[in-house]
Amino acid sequence: MADALLSTQALEAYYGDFQALFGISIDVFPGEVIAIIGANGAGKTTLMRSITGLIKNKPDMVFWNGAAIGARRADQVAAAGIAMVPEGRQLFQSLSVEENLIIGGQLGRKGPWSLEKVFELFPILKERRNVPSTALSGGQQQMVAIGRALMSNPQILLFDEISLGLAPIIIKSIYQALPDIIGEGMSAIIVEQDVAKALSVSSRVYCLQEGRISLEGRPETLNRDDISAAYFGV
Amino acid sequence: MDWINAIIQGILLGGLYALFAAGLSLIFGVMRLVNIAHGDFIVLAAFLGLSVTSVLGISPLLALFLVVPAMAGLGYVLQRGVLNQTLGDDILPPLLVTFGLSVIIQNGLLEIYSADPQKMSAGPIETASIALPGDLNIGVLPLVMFLVAVAVIAGLQWVFYRSALGRAFRAVSDKQDIAELMGLNKAHVFGLAMALSLAVVAIAGVFLGIRTSFDPSIGPGRLIFGFEAVIIGGLGNLWGTLIGGIILGVSQNIGAQINPGWQLLAGHIAFLFVLAVRPRGLFPRID
Repeated sequence: MADALLSTQALEAYYGDFQALFGISIDVFPGEVIAIIGANGAGKTTLMRSITGLIKNKPDMVFWNGAAIGARRADQVAAAGIAMVPEGRQLFQSLSVEENLIIGGQLGRKGPWSLEKVFELFPILKERRNVPSTALSGGQQQMVAIGRALMSNPQILLFDEISLGLAPIIIKSIYQALPDIIGEGMSAIIVEQDVAKALSVSSRVYCLQEGRISLEGRPETLNRDDISAAYFGV
Repeated sequence: MDWINAIIQGILLGGLYALFAAGLSLIFGVMRLVNIAHGDFIVLAAFLGLSVTSVLGISPLLALFLVVPAMAGLGYVLQRGVLNQTLGDDILPPLLVTFGLSVIIQNGLLEIYSADPQKMSAGPIETASIALPGDLNIGVLPLVMFLVAVAVIAGLQWVFYRSALGRAFRAVSDKQDIAELMGLNKAHVFGLAMALSLAVVAIAGVFLGIRTSFDPSIGPGRLIFGFEAVIIGGLGNLWGTLIGGIILGVSQNIGAQINPGWQLLAGHIAFLFVLAVRPRGLFPRID
């Protein structure tokens, strides 16, 4: 475990009395992109919320650069260099496009990303910087959500269902931009229901099923039948 | 002329009501907390002003420099220590706890200052006035208070829409957990919002104490004026709150002009009228 950037160890998570995750252990190594796939309700989003501190766990269930961070608050986890593009984009509706980006960078972490760099990556956002974030199309909103996460110059970026609810052509362009986004030595976790998309950009895959890891491995070593068995549990 | 005079005095009084309302509106906007003790904090600030002026022998307007930071500090500590624990999906706990605070403040003030009405004196400025054509006179002090109220509203507006703090307020108000993902400490942001709210309350309380006599029991009445100004103006709109305060003040003064006993009634009727015609207020911003 010593050299993993981020790892969860026998992570269990609950919503009230309902147990959503059962002993999840995953590792992400520096510079690595992993994918987490699974059906609706498999626990993917719960895992993301646990890592980012939105769900509090026992300290030693999540490790970051060797430190036990499972019980830290979300803002402390963010300050440590973990950022997330949340499911459904979740932009701040009272803030303009530019303000959404600025608030993503308000921690002041040093790194390659700045307002100018985000505008370079997504030029349309520069044009529309002063409009309310709700006035954007779904794809543009996703660009803001990605830019907002980048603004904190994270060491690892969590993408929770970035293709959900977007047109296929938009999804394609976002996945085309991913290498640029994740470049510069950043690690990433990609949460996806679209298995092919997830496999195409990741070096390792974990499949979740009903709160447990049902399969893990490198995309080239996994065959379709194993994946569909792990995915659907049939 | 009496009528024009009543309207002008009502407008000036409206500034004070807007100050009552602004802090209330601010914390509701940021954290959906309805502070039942808001009026009692206004009275607490008035008594604090009274103590400062009598102990240090200074003008109540100078006392603001002590009362405002003291109330802001109290607001931050209260939010972090007590009120943050009551916030959640259920809106009842903060209502109950601030209701309890209201009872505690009233009885604490009664214990310390007794039930006797008090008043602060601001000196010669209280009787100074500006003569206008047509036999009208505008008191310098009410005018100063009104201008301060406008400046406070403008300042809050600037903070809310132009500063980093305001960005944090709006982000937390929109989506609390996502704001935390951006590195905002929700508990701290809420503490700052309450500090700002009680800083405005401090100004409102000291002005109240200069303008009229006050005693520990009048807090809930000021809370009602604050609520009415917020609702008339429309939730979440600070300039609307100023307009709401002015409408309330003018209605009260017109009512008093008709019959001195109708002052409060006229204000409430104006409020109910707006509520009936425009249930979301005149200039609503929050849904």
